[in-house]
Amino acid sequence: MSVAVAAPSFDVERIREDFPILNQHVHGKKLVFLDSAASAQKPRAVIEAMVRTMETRYANVHRGLHWMSEQCSDDYEAVRDKVARFINAGRDEIIFVRNATEAVNLVAHSYGRSALQAGDAVVVSEMEHHANLVPWQMLRDAHGIELRVVRITDAGEIDFSHLEQVFADGKVRLLAVTHMSNVLGTYTPVERLASFAHAHGARILLDGAQAVVHRAVDVRAIDADFYVFSGHKLYGPTGIGVLYGKAALLEAMPPFLGGGEMIGTVTYQRSTWAKPPFRFEAGTPAIIETIGLGAAIDYINTIGFAAIAAHERELTDHALAVLAPIPGLHIAGAAQDRGGVVSFTLDGVHAHDVATLLDKQGIAVRAGHHCAEPLTRRLGLDSTARASFGVYSTCAEIDALGVGLERIRELFS
Amino acid sequence: MSEDASDLYQRLVMERARHPLHAGRLAASQAEAEGNNPMCGDRVRLSLRCDEAGMITEAAHETRGCAICVASADILAEIVVGRAASETGQLAMAFETMVQTGIVPAREDFEMLQAFAGVSAYRSRHRCATLPWQALSAAMEKRKELEHGR
Repeated sequence: MSVAVAAPSFDVERIREDFPILNQHVHGKKLVFLDSAASAQKPRAVIEAMVRTMETRYANVHRGLHWMSEQCSDDYEAVRDKVARFINAGRDEIIFVRNATEAVNLVAHSYGRSALQAGDAVVVSEMEHHANLVPWQMLRDAHGIELRVVRITDAGEIDFSHLEQVFADGKVRLLAVTHMSNVLGTYTPVERLASFAHAHGARILLDGAQAVVHRAVDVRAIDADFYVFSGHKLYGPTGIGVLYGKAALLEAMPPFLGGGEMIGTVTYQRSTWAKPPFRFEAGTPAIIETIGLGAAIDYINTIGFAAIAAHERELTDHALAVLAPIPGLHIAGAAQDRGGVVSFTLDGVHAHDVATLLDKQGIAVRAGHHCAEPLTRRLGLDSTARASFGVYSTCAEIDALGVGLERIRELFS
Repeated sequence: MSEDASDLYQRLVMERARHPLHAGRLAASQAEAEGNNPMCGDRVRLSLRCDEAGMITEAAHETRGCAICVASADILAEIVVGRAASETGQLAMAFETMVQTGIVPAREDFEMLQAFAGVSAYRSRHRCATLPWQALSAAMEKRKELEHGR
Protein backbone atom coordinates (compact mmCIF):
# COMPACT_ATOMS: atom_id res chain seq x y z
CA MET A 1 0.00 0.00 0.00
CA SER A 2 1.41 3.33 -0.97
CA VAL A 3 0.53 6.36 1.04
CA ALA A 4 1.27 9.80 -0.26
CA VAL A 5 2.34 12.31 2.31
CA ALA A 6 -0.12 15.16 2.53
CA ALA A 7 1.24 18.66 2.43
CA PRO A 8 1.98 19.83 5.98
CA SER A 9 -0.53 22.67 5.78
CA PHE A 10 -3.37 20.23 5.25
CA ASP A 11 -5.29 19.46 8.42
CA VAL A 12 -8.39 17.48 7.53
CA GLU A 13 -9.93 17.79 10.99
CA ARG A 14 -9.62 21.54 10.74
CA ILE A 15 -11.21 21.46 7.29
CA ARG A 16 -14.10 19.32 8.53
CA GLU A 17 -14.99 22.05 10.98
CA ASP A 18 -15.71 24.28 7.99
CA PHE A 19 -18.52 21.96 6.85
CA PRO A 20 -21.39 22.13 9.36
CA ILE A 21 -23.32 19.25 7.77
CA LEU A 22 -20.58 16.70 8.51
CA ASN A 23 -21.35 16.72 12.23
CA GLN A 24 -24.64 15.01 11.63
CA HIS A 25 -25.72 11.55 12.65
CA VAL A 26 -27.67 9.38 10.24
CA HIS A 27 -29.67 6.40 11.54
CA GLY A 28 -27.95 7.03 14.87
CA LYS A 29 -24.48 6.70 13.32
CA LYS A 30 -21.89 9.34 12.63
CA LEU A 31 -22.30 10.44 9.03
CA VAL A 32 -19.66 9.13 6.63
CA PHE A 33 -20.27 11.04 3.42
CA LEU A 34 -18.66 9.29 0.46
CA ASP A 35 -20.80 10.74 -2.32
CA SER A 36 -18.99 13.98 -3.15
CA ALA A 37 -18.69 13.13 -6.85
CA ALA A 38 -22.48 13.41 -7.10
CA SER A 39 -22.49 16.72 -5.24
CA ALA A 40 -20.09 18.07 -2.64
CA GLN A 41 -20.99 19.53 0.74
CA LYS A 42 -20.72 23.26 1.32
CA PRO A 43 -18.30 25.07 3.63
CA ARG A 44 -19.60 27.74 5.97
CA ALA A 45 -17.84 30.40 3.86
CA VAL A 46 -20.11 29.59 0.91
CA ILE A 47 -23.26 29.47 3.00
CA GLU A 48 -22.41 32.78 4.67
CA ALA A 49 -21.52 34.56 1.43
CA MET A 50 -24.93 33.68 0.02
CA VAL A 51 -26.79 34.66 3.19
CA ARG A 52 -24.81 37.92 3.45
CA THR A 53 -25.76 38.82 -0.11
CA MET A 54 -29.44 38.24 0.58
CA GLU A 55 -29.32 40.07 3.90
CA THR A 56 -27.35 43.14 2.87
CA ARG A 57 -27.10 43.86 -0.86
CA TYR A 58 -29.29 41.70 -3.02
CA ALA A 59 -30.76 43.27 -6.16
CA ASN A 60 -30.88 42.41 -9.83
CA VAL A 61 -27.58 42.85 -11.64
CA HIS A 62 -26.49 44.99 -14.61
CA ARG A 63 -29.69 47.04 -14.87
CA GLY A 64 -30.27 48.89 -11.65
CA LEU A 65 -29.29 52.50 -11.15
CA HIS A 66 -29.27 52.23 -7.39
CA TRP A 67 -26.64 51.41 -4.79
CA MET A 68 -27.75 47.86 -4.10
CA SER A 69 -27.78 46.86 -7.74
CA GLU A 70 -24.35 48.37 -8.24
CA GLN A 71 -22.92 46.51 -5.24
CA CYS A 72 -24.52 43.25 -6.28
CA SER A 73 -23.36 43.68 -9.90
CA ASP A 74 -19.82 44.28 -8.68
CA ASP A 75 -19.91 41.14 -6.53
CA TYR A 76 -21.37 39.12 -9.36
CA GLU A 77 -18.85 40.30 -11.96
CA ALA A 78 -15.98 39.86 -9.51
CA VAL A 79 -16.78 36.14 -9.58
CA ARG A 80 -16.25 36.11 -13.33
CA ASP A 81 -12.73 37.42 -12.70
CA LYS A 82 -12.21 34.82 -9.99
CA VAL A 83 -13.32 31.98 -12.24
CA ALA A 84 -11.11 33.32 -15.04
CA ARG A 85 -8.07 33.32 -12.75
CA PHE A 86 -9.07 29.91 -11.37
CA ILE A 87 -8.69 28.23 -14.77
CA ASN A 88 -6.34 30.79 -16.36
CA ALA A 89 -8.80 32.23 -18.88
CA GLY A 90 -9.85 35.73 -19.91
CA ARG A 91 -12.94 37.12 -18.15
CA ASP A 92 -14.87 37.41 -21.43
CA GLU A 93 -14.28 33.72 -22.00
CA ILE A 94 -16.27 32.77 -18.88
CA ILE A 95 -19.99 32.17 -19.39
CA PHE A 96 -22.21 31.47 -16.43
CA VAL A 97 -24.69 28.64 -16.98
CA ARG A 98 -26.70 26.39 -14.68
CA ASN A 99 -24.27 23.47 -14.67
CA ALA A 100 -21.87 21.45 -16.82
CA THR A 101 -24.81 19.80 -18.57
CA GLU A 102 -26.18 23.14 -19.73
CA ALA A 103 -22.70 24.19 -20.85
CA VAL A 104 -22.38 21.15 -23.13
CA ASN A 105 -25.88 21.76 -24.47
CA LEU A 106 -24.97 25.38 -25.17
CA VAL A 107 -21.91 24.35 -27.19
CA ALA A 108 -23.80 21.57 -29.00
CA HIS A 109 -26.61 23.93 -29.91
CA SER A 110 -24.72 27.10 -30.70
CA TYR A 111 -21.28 25.96 -31.90
CA GLY A 112 -22.67 22.66 -33.18
CA ARG A 113 -25.26 24.24 -35.46
CA SER A 114 -23.07 27.08 -36.71
CA ALA A 115 -19.55 25.70 -37.01
CA LEU A 116 -20.38 22.07 -37.83
CA GLN A 117 -21.95 20.95 -41.08
CA ALA A 118 -23.92 17.83 -41.92
CA GLY A 119 -21.36 15.08 -42.47
CA ASP A 120 -18.86 16.46 -39.97
CA ALA A 121 -18.11 14.10 -37.11
CA VAL A 122 -18.05 14.62 -33.35
CA VAL A 123 -16.14 12.11 -31.22
CA VAL A 124 -16.95 11.22 -27.62
CA SER A 125 -15.42 8.44 -25.52
CA GLU A 126 -16.99 5.31 -24.06
CA MET A 127 -16.64 6.75 -20.57
CA GLU A 128 -18.75 9.88 -20.90
CA HIS A 129 -21.42 10.99 -18.48
CA HIS A 130 -24.80 11.24 -20.22
CA ALA A 131 -24.27 15.03 -20.14
CA ASN A 132 -21.51 14.70 -22.71
CA LEU A 133 -23.26 12.12 -24.86
CA VAL A 134 -26.96 12.91 -25.14
CA PRO A 135 -26.54 16.54 -26.39
CA TRP A 136 -24.38 15.21 -29.25
CA GLN A 137 -26.95 12.55 -30.10
CA MET A 138 -29.56 15.34 -30.23
CA LEU A 139 -27.28 17.40 -32.48
CA ARG A 140 -26.77 14.39 -34.74
CA ASP A 141 -30.53 13.84 -35.06
CA ALA A 142 -31.33 17.52 -35.65
CA HIS A 143 -28.35 18.64 -37.70
CA GLY A 144 -26.99 15.59 -39.47
CA ILE A 145 -23.56 15.35 -37.92
CA GLU A 146 -22.03 11.95 -37.36
CA LEU A 147 -21.37 10.84 -33.78
CA ARG A 148 -18.44 8.51 -33.17
CA VAL A 149 -17.40 6.81 -29.96
CA VAL A 150 -13.74 6.19 -29.21
CA ARG A 151 -13.09 3.04 -27.22
CA ILE A 152 -11.50 2.81 -23.82
CA THR A 153 -9.13 0.04 -22.76
CA ASP A 154 -10.17 -2.49 -20.13
CA ALA A 155 -8.13 -0.49 -17.65
CA GLY A 156 -10.40 2.47 -18.36
CA GLU A 157 -8.09 4.69 -20.39
CA ILE A 158 -8.61 6.28 -23.80
CA ASP A 159 -7.53 3.83 -26.50
CA PHE A 160 -5.24 6.05 -28.58
CA SER A 161 -4.86 3.56 -31.41
CA HIS A 162 -8.62 3.53 -31.81
CA LEU A 163 -8.66 7.32 -31.53
CA GLU A 164 -6.36 7.45 -34.55
CA GLN A 165 -8.76 5.21 -36.43
CA VAL A 166 -11.83 7.32 -35.71
CA PHE A 167 -9.96 10.44 -36.84
CA ALA A 168 -8.42 8.78 -39.90
CA ASP A 169 -10.89 9.98 -42.56
CA GLY A 170 -10.43 13.65 -41.63
CA LYS A 171 -14.14 14.25 -40.93
CA VAL A 172 -13.84 14.83 -37.19
CA ARG A 173 -14.34 18.47 -36.21
CA LEU A 174 -14.80 18.13 -32.46
CA LEU A 175 -13.51 15.81 -29.75
CA ALA A 176 -15.70 16.00 -26.62
CA VAL A 177 -14.27 14.02 -23.71
CA THR A 178 -14.18 13.90 -19.97
CA HIS A 179 -11.19 15.22 -18.01
CA MET A 180 -11.96 12.72 -15.24
CA SER A 181 -14.42 9.82 -15.37
CA ASN A 182 -17.16 9.97 -12.74
CA VAL A 183 -17.27 6.17 -12.67
CA LEU A 184 -13.69 4.98 -13.15
CA GLY A 185 -11.84 7.93 -11.65
CA THR A 186 -9.59 7.99 -14.74
CA TYR A 187 -7.89 11.29 -15.52
CA THR A 188 -7.54 11.63 -19.26
CA PRO A 189 -4.30 13.06 -20.73
CA VAL A 190 -5.95 16.31 -21.78
CA GLU A 191 -2.88 18.09 -23.17
CA ARG A 192 -2.14 15.11 -25.38
CA LEU A 193 -5.78 14.85 -26.46
CA ALA A 194 -5.93 18.57 -27.26
CA SER A 195 -2.78 18.49 -29.34
CA PHE A 196 -4.02 15.33 -31.10
CA ALA A 197 -7.37 16.96 -31.91
CA HIS A 198 -5.75 20.17 -33.13
CA ALA A 199 -3.25 18.29 -35.29
CA HIS A 200 -6.25 16.68 -36.98
CA GLY A 201 -8.11 19.94 -37.55
CA ALA A 202 -10.59 19.37 -34.71
CA ARG A 203 -11.56 21.35 -31.63
CA ILE A 204 -11.68 19.88 -28.15
CA LEU A 205 -14.33 20.21 -25.44
CA LEU A 206 -13.44 18.91 -21.99
CA ASP A 207 -16.01 17.90 -19.38
CA GLY A 208 -14.26 19.05 -16.22
CA ALA A 209 -17.16 18.46 -13.80
CA GLN A 210 -15.08 15.98 -11.78
CA ALA A 211 -11.51 17.06 -12.53
CA VAL A 212 -11.84 20.72 -11.60
CA VAL A 213 -12.56 19.72 -8.01
CA HIS A 214 -9.31 17.86 -7.54
CA ARG A 215 -6.65 19.47 -9.71
CA ALA A 216 -5.54 22.91 -10.81
CA VAL A 217 -6.89 23.40 -14.32
CA ASP A 218 -5.11 25.71 -16.76
CA VAL A 219 -7.17 25.92 -19.94
CA ARG A 220 -4.39 27.74 -21.79
CA ALA A 221 -1.74 25.17 -20.86
CA ILE A 222 -4.12 22.40 -21.93
CA ASP A 223 -5.05 24.44 -25.02
CA ALA A 224 -8.73 23.54 -24.47
CA ASP A 225 -11.24 25.09 -26.86
CA PHE A 226 -14.14 24.55 -24.47
CA TYR A 227 -14.07 23.52 -20.82
CA VAL A 228 -17.19 22.98 -18.69
CA PHE A 229 -17.87 22.42 -15.00
CA SER A 230 -20.52 22.74 -12.30
CA GLY A 231 -20.36 24.77 -9.09
CA HIS A 232 -22.07 22.22 -6.87
CA LYS A 233 -19.35 19.59 -7.12
CA LEU A 234 -16.80 22.30 -6.31
CA TYR A 235 -18.24 22.96 -2.82
CA GLY A 236 -20.42 25.71 -4.28
CA PRO A 237 -24.20 25.85 -4.67
CA THR A 238 -26.38 24.18 -7.28
CA GLY A 239 -27.72 26.20 -10.20
CA ILE A 240 -24.41 27.71 -11.26
CA GLY A 241 -21.90 26.28 -13.71
CA VAL A 242 -19.27 27.53 -16.08
CA LEU A 243 -18.58 27.32 -19.78
CA TYR A 244 -15.13 28.42 -20.85
CA GLY A 245 -14.68 29.00 -24.56
CA LYS A 246 -11.80 30.52 -26.50
CA ALA A 247 -12.68 34.14 -27.25
CA ALA A 248 -12.53 33.76 -31.03
CA LEU A 249 -14.87 30.76 -30.95
CA LEU A 250 -17.40 32.46 -28.69
CA GLU A 251 -17.29 35.60 -30.81
CA ALA A 252 -18.38 33.59 -33.86
CA MET A 253 -21.16 31.68 -32.08
CA PRO A 254 -24.84 32.67 -32.21
CA PRO A 255 -26.84 32.93 -28.97
CA PHE A 256 -28.27 29.86 -27.25
CA LEU A 257 -31.26 31.44 -25.49
CA GLY A 258 -32.85 34.78 -26.33
CA GLY A 259 -34.10 37.40 -23.89
CA GLY A 260 -32.89 40.23 -21.72
CA GLU A 261 -29.15 40.77 -21.09
CA MET A 262 -27.98 39.06 -24.27
CA ILE A 263 -28.92 41.80 -26.77
CA GLY A 264 -27.31 44.82 -28.38
CA THR A 265 -30.41 46.65 -29.67
CA VAL A 266 -33.95 45.35 -30.08
CA THR A 267 -36.71 46.48 -32.43
CA TYR A 268 -40.00 44.75 -33.19
CA GLN A 269 -38.42 43.41 -36.34
CA ARG A 270 -35.01 42.21 -35.20
CA SER A 271 -32.29 42.31 -32.60
CA THR A 272 -28.55 42.40 -32.45
CA TRP A 273 -26.50 40.41 -30.01
CA ALA A 274 -24.30 41.53 -27.16
CA LYS A 275 -20.68 40.46 -27.17
CA PRO A 276 -19.61 37.35 -25.26
CA PRO A 277 -20.02 36.46 -22.45
CA PHE A 278 -23.34 38.34 -22.17
CA ARG A 279 -24.55 37.04 -25.53
CA PHE A 280 -24.93 33.65 -23.83
CA GLU A 281 -26.50 34.80 -20.57
CA ALA A 282 -30.14 35.56 -21.34
CA GLY A 283 -32.36 36.58 -18.44
CA THR A 284 -31.63 37.25 -14.79
CA PRO A 285 -28.76 34.97 -13.84
CA ALA A 286 -28.28 32.87 -10.68
CA ILE A 287 -26.90 35.86 -8.79
CA ILE A 288 -26.73 34.46 -5.26
CA GLU A 289 -25.41 31.11 -6.48
CA THR A 290 -22.71 32.82 -8.54
CA ILE A 291 -21.56 34.71 -5.47
CA GLY A 292 -21.58 31.37 -3.63
CA LEU A 293 -19.37 29.90 -6.34
CA GLY A 294 -16.93 32.79 -5.87
CA ALA A 295 -16.74 32.00 -2.17
CA ALA A 296 -16.13 28.32 -2.97
CA ILE A 297 -13.23 29.23 -5.25
CA ASP A 298 -11.76 31.47 -2.53
CA TYR A 299 -12.12 28.58 -0.10
CA ILE A 300 -10.34 26.13 -2.41
CA ASN A 301 -7.58 28.63 -3.15
CA THR A 302 -6.98 29.06 0.59
CA ILE A 303 -6.31 25.33 0.93
CA GLY A 304 -4.45 25.15 -2.38
CA PHE A 305 -4.50 22.44 -5.01
CA ALA A 306 -1.10 21.06 -4.02
CA ALA A 307 -2.55 20.06 -0.66
CA ILE A 308 -5.91 19.00 -2.11
CA ALA A 309 -4.28 16.77 -4.73
CA ALA A 310 -1.93 15.16 -2.18
CA HIS A 311 -4.85 14.47 0.16
CA GLU A 312 -6.87 12.97 -2.66
CA ARG A 313 -3.96 10.71 -3.66
CA GLU A 314 -3.68 9.49 -0.09
CA LEU A 315 -7.43 8.76 0.07
CA THR A 316 -7.49 7.01 -3.28
CA ASP A 317 -4.47 4.84 -2.48
CA HIS A 318 -5.97 4.02 0.90
CA ALA A 319 -9.35 3.15 -0.63
CA LEU A 320 -7.79 0.81 -3.19
CA ALA A 321 -5.73 -0.82 -0.41
CA VAL A 322 -8.76 -1.27 1.87
CA LEU A 323 -11.23 -2.44 -0.78
CA ALA A 324 -9.10 -4.66 -3.04
CA PRO A 325 -8.53 -7.44 -0.46
CA ILE A 326 -12.26 -7.83 0.35
CA PRO A 327 -13.22 -11.23 -1.13
CA GLY A 328 -15.64 -10.92 -4.05
CA LEU A 329 -15.11 -7.19 -4.40
CA HIS A 330 -14.17 -5.94 -7.85
CA ILE A 331 -12.99 -2.40 -8.51
CA ALA A 332 -14.01 -0.88 -11.86
CA GLY A 333 -11.09 0.42 -13.88
CA ALA A 334 -7.38 0.38 -13.24
CA ALA A 335 -6.13 3.56 -14.86
CA GLN A 336 -2.62 4.64 -13.95
CA ASP A 337 -3.74 8.18 -13.34
CA ARG A 338 -6.90 7.98 -11.25
CA GLY A 339 -8.57 10.22 -8.72
CA GLY A 340 -10.90 10.05 -5.77
CA VAL A 341 -13.72 8.04 -7.28
CA VAL A 342 -13.84 4.28 -6.71
CA SER A 343 -16.67 2.22 -8.20
CA PHE A 344 -17.01 -1.42 -7.31
CA THR A 345 -19.19 -4.51 -7.31
CA LEU A 346 -19.57 -7.14 -4.61
CA ASP A 347 -20.27 -10.71 -5.76
CA GLY A 348 -23.79 -11.81 -4.91
CA VAL A 349 -24.92 -8.41 -3.68
CA HIS A 350 -26.60 -5.85 -5.94
CA ALA A 351 -25.25 -2.31 -5.70
CA HIS A 352 -28.59 -1.05 -4.36
CA ASP A 353 -28.46 -3.49 -1.49
CA VAL A 354 -24.87 -2.39 -0.82
CA ALA A 355 -25.96 1.26 -0.74
CA THR A 356 -28.97 0.66 1.52
CA LEU A 357 -26.99 -1.43 3.98
CA LEU A 358 -24.14 1.07 4.08
CA ASP A 359 -26.67 3.85 4.64
CA LYS A 360 -27.92 1.98 7.70
CA GLN A 361 -24.40 2.31 9.05
CA GLY A 362 -24.38 6.03 8.32
CA ILE A 363 -22.27 5.66 5.16
CA ALA A 364 -23.50 7.50 2.06
CA VAL A 365 -22.41 6.10 -1.31
CA ARG A 366 -24.03 6.15 -4.71
CA ALA A 367 -25.29 3.07 -6.54
CA GLY A 368 -26.50 2.54 -10.07
CA HIS A 369 -25.04 3.49 -13.42
CA HIS A 370 -24.02 7.00 -12.30
CA CYS A 371 -25.51 8.69 -15.40
CA ALA A 372 -23.11 6.66 -17.54
CA GLU A 373 -25.30 3.75 -18.60
CA PRO A 374 -23.40 2.86 -21.79
CA LEU A 375 -20.13 2.78 -19.84
CA THR A 376 -21.64 0.49 -17.20
CA ARG A 377 -22.73 -1.89 -19.99
CA ARG A 378 -19.29 -1.55 -21.63
CA LEU A 379 -17.79 -2.77 -18.36
CA GLY A 380 -20.15 -5.76 -18.54
CA LEU A 381 -22.07 -4.60 -15.48
CA ASP A 382 -25.61 -3.56 -14.61
CA SER A 383 -24.69 -1.25 -11.78
CA THR A 384 -21.89 -0.41 -9.38
CA ALA A 385 -21.59 1.16 -5.96
CA ARG A 386 -19.35 4.22 -5.85
CA ALA A 387 -17.40 5.84 -3.06
CA SER A 388 -16.07 9.30 -3.85
CA PHE A 389 -14.04 11.73 -1.82
CA GLY A 390 -13.79 15.41 -1.08
CA VAL A 391 -11.38 17.65 0.83
CA TYR A 392 -13.14 16.68 4.06
CA SER A 393 -12.92 12.89 3.55
CA THR A 394 -10.67 10.88 5.84
CA CYS A 395 -8.88 7.53 5.77
CA ALA A 396 -10.88 6.57 8.87
CA GLU A 397 -14.07 6.99 6.82
CA ILE A 398 -12.68 4.67 4.18
CA ASP A 399 -11.86 2.16 6.93
CA ALA A 400 -15.49 2.43 8.05
CA LEU A 401 -16.54 1.65 4.46
CA GLY A 402 -14.33 -1.43 4.49
CA VAL A 403 -15.85 -2.65 7.77
CA GLY A 404 -19.35 -1.91 6.45
CA LEU A 405 -18.73 -3.93 3.30
CA GLU A 406 -17.44 -6.89 5.32
CA ARG A 407 -20.69 -6.84 7.32
CA ILE A 408 -22.74 -6.84 4.17
CA ARG A 409 -20.78 -9.79 2.84
CA GLU A 410 -21.58 -11.72 6.00
CA LEU A 411 -25.26 -10.85 5.76
CA PHE A 412 -25.47 -12.04 2.16
CA SER A 413 -23.21 -15.09 2.52
CA MET B 1 -35.25 0.38 11.57
CA SER B 2 -32.50 -1.96 12.63
CA GLU B 3 -28.83 -1.52 11.81
CA ASP B 4 -28.70 -4.53 9.50
CA ALA B 5 -31.97 -3.45 7.90
CA SER B 6 -33.59 -6.75 8.89
CA ASP B 7 -36.97 -5.07 8.49
CA LEU B 8 -36.09 -4.69 4.80
CA TYR B 9 -34.14 -7.90 4.31
CA GLN B 10 -36.48 -10.35 6.01
CA ARG B 11 -35.54 -14.00 6.02
CA LEU B 12 -37.99 -14.92 3.25
CA VAL B 13 -36.66 -12.07 1.11
CA MET B 14 -33.06 -13.16 1.57
CA GLU B 15 -33.91 -16.81 0.86
CA ARG B 16 -35.67 -15.99 -2.38
CA ALA B 17 -32.99 -13.49 -3.42
CA ARG B 18 -30.27 -16.09 -2.97
CA HIS B 19 -32.23 -19.03 -4.39
CA PRO B 20 -35.24 -17.96 -6.43
CA LEU B 21 -37.65 -20.85 -7.02
CA HIS B 22 -39.34 -19.47 -10.12
CA ALA B 23 -36.50 -17.96 -12.10
CA GLY B 24 -36.53 -18.59 -15.85
CA ARG B 25 -38.70 -18.19 -18.89
CA LEU B 26 -41.70 -20.31 -19.88
CA ALA B 27 -41.28 -21.90 -23.29
CA ALA B 28 -44.84 -21.36 -24.50
CA SER B 29 -46.03 -18.44 -22.42
CA GLN B 30 -49.31 -16.73 -23.20
CA ALA B 31 -48.49 -13.42 -21.61
CA GLU B 32 -45.10 -11.81 -21.30
CA ALA B 33 -43.98 -8.35 -20.29
CA GLU B 34 -41.02 -6.45 -18.95
CA GLY B 35 -40.72 -3.96 -16.17
CA ASN B 36 -37.77 -1.60 -16.47
CA ASN B 37 -36.40 0.98 -14.11
CA PRO B 38 -34.29 3.29 -16.28
CA MET B 39 -32.94 5.07 -13.20
CA CYS B 40 -31.03 2.02 -12.02
CA GLY B 41 -31.10 -0.47 -14.88
CA ASP B 42 -33.21 -3.07 -13.07
CA ARG B 43 -35.32 -5.29 -15.30
CA VAL B 44 -37.96 -7.94 -14.69
CA ARG B 45 -39.24 -10.13 -17.51
CA LEU B 46 -42.33 -12.06 -16.53
CA SER B 47 -43.86 -14.93 -18.47
CA LEU B 48 -47.24 -16.51 -17.69
CA ARG B 49 -49.47 -19.34 -18.89
CA CYS B 50 -53.23 -19.29 -18.50
CA ASP B 51 -55.92 -21.90 -19.03
CA GLU B 52 -59.10 -21.53 -21.06
CA ALA B 53 -60.98 -20.11 -18.10
CA GLY B 54 -58.44 -17.31 -17.66
CA MET B 55 -56.71 -18.90 -14.67
CA ILE B 56 -52.95 -18.43 -14.37
CA THR B 57 -51.40 -21.88 -14.37
CA GLU B 58 -47.67 -21.13 -14.51
CA ALA B 59 -45.40 -18.13 -13.96
CA ALA B 60 -41.68 -17.45 -14.18
CA HIS B 61 -39.41 -14.43 -14.12
CA GLU B 62 -36.01 -13.35 -15.33
CA THR B 63 -34.83 -10.59 -13.04
CA ARG B 64 -31.77 -8.40 -13.14
CA GLY B 65 -31.89 -6.43 -9.95
CA CYS B 66 -31.33 -6.20 -6.22
CA ALA B 67 -32.37 -8.65 -3.52
CA ILE B 68 -35.70 -6.89 -2.99
CA CYS B 69 -36.53 -6.95 -6.69
CA VAL B 70 -35.57 -10.60 -7.22
CA ALA B 71 -37.45 -11.77 -4.13
CA SER B 72 -40.51 -9.73 -5.04
CA ALA B 73 -40.57 -11.19 -8.56
CA ASP B 74 -40.13 -14.71 -7.21
CA ILE B 75 -42.92 -14.48 -4.68
CA LEU B 76 -45.15 -12.83 -7.26
CA ALA B 77 -44.56 -15.74 -9.63
CA GLU B 78 -45.60 -18.12 -6.87
CA ILE B 79 -48.63 -16.30 -5.62
CA VAL B 80 -50.35 -15.55 -8.92
CA VAL B 81 -50.58 -19.18 -9.91
CA GLY B 82 -54.10 -20.50 -9.39
CA ARG B 83 -55.59 -17.04 -9.62
CA ALA B 84 -57.88 -15.58 -12.25
CA ALA B 85 -55.96 -13.19 -14.48
CA SER B 86 -58.76 -10.70 -13.87
CA GLU B 87 -58.08 -10.45 -10.15
CA THR B 88 -54.35 -9.70 -10.42
CA GLY B 89 -54.96 -5.97 -10.83
CA GLN B 90 -56.57 -5.77 -7.43
CA LEU B 91 -53.77 -7.83 -5.88
CA ALA B 92 -51.11 -5.58 -7.43
CA MET B 93 -52.88 -2.51 -6.10
CA ALA B 94 -53.06 -3.98 -2.59
CA PHE B 95 -49.35 -4.80 -2.75
CA GLU B 96 -48.36 -1.32 -3.92
CA THR B 97 -50.48 0.25 -1.17
CA MET B 98 -48.72 -1.89 1.42
CA VAL B 99 -45.30 -0.86 0.09
CA GLN B 100 -46.34 2.79 0.28
CA THR B 101 -47.91 2.68 3.73
CA GLY B 102 -46.28 -0.26 5.52
CA ILE B 103 -49.77 -1.49 6.53
CA VAL B 104 -50.36 -5.15 5.78
CA PRO B 105 -53.85 -5.61 4.34
CA ALA B 106 -56.20 -8.01 6.08
CA ARG B 107 -56.08 -10.57 3.29
CA GLU B 108 -55.19 -14.21 3.59
CA ASP B 109 -53.03 -14.13 0.50
CA PHE B 110 -50.58 -11.67 2.09
CA GLU B 111 -48.92 -14.24 4.29
CA MET B 112 -45.80 -14.19 2.13
CA LEU B 113 -46.25 -10.77 0.61
CA GLN B 114 -46.15 -9.10 4.00
CA ALA B 115 -42.39 -9.70 3.97
CA PHE B 116 -42.25 -6.52 1.85
CA ALA B 117 -44.13 -4.26 4.27
CA GLY B 118 -40.78 -3.12 5.68
CA VAL B 119 -39.82 -1.64 2.32
CA SER B 120 -42.14 1.29 3.11
CA ALA B 121 -39.51 2.79 5.42
CA TYR B 122 -37.01 2.93 2.50
CA ARG B 123 -38.52 5.32 -0.01
CA SER B 124 -35.72 4.93 -2.53
CA ARG B 125 -36.40 1.18 -2.60
CA HIS B 126 -40.18 1.14 -3.20
CA ARG B 127 -39.67 0.75 -6.91
CA CYS B 128 -37.47 -2.31 -6.36
CA ALA B 129 -40.41 -4.13 -4.76
CA THR B 130 -43.11 -2.89 -7.13
CA LEU B 131 -41.27 -3.31 -10.45
CA PRO B 132 -42.32 -6.99 -10.87
CA TRP B 133 -45.94 -6.03 -10.18
CA GLN B 134 -45.79 -3.39 -12.86
CA ALA B 135 -44.50 -6.06 -15.23
CA LEU B 136 -47.50 -8.20 -14.21
CA SER B 137 -49.93 -5.39 -15.02
CA ALA B 138 -48.23 -4.89 -18.39
CA ALA B 139 -48.45 -8.64 -19.10
CA MET B 140 -52.15 -8.65 -18.26
CA GLU B 141 -52.76 -5.67 -20.53
CA LYS B 142 -51.01 -7.47 -23.38
CA ARG B 143 -53.06 -10.58 -22.76
CA LYS B 144 -56.27 -8.55 -22.94
CA GLU B 145 -55.18 -7.01 -26.22
CA LEU B 146 -54.44 -10.44 -27.63
CA GLU B 147 -57.85 -11.73 -26.55
CA HIS B 148 -59.58 -8.80 -28.18
CA GLY B 149 -57.60 -9.43 -31.32
CA ARG B 150 -58.78 -13.02 -31.48
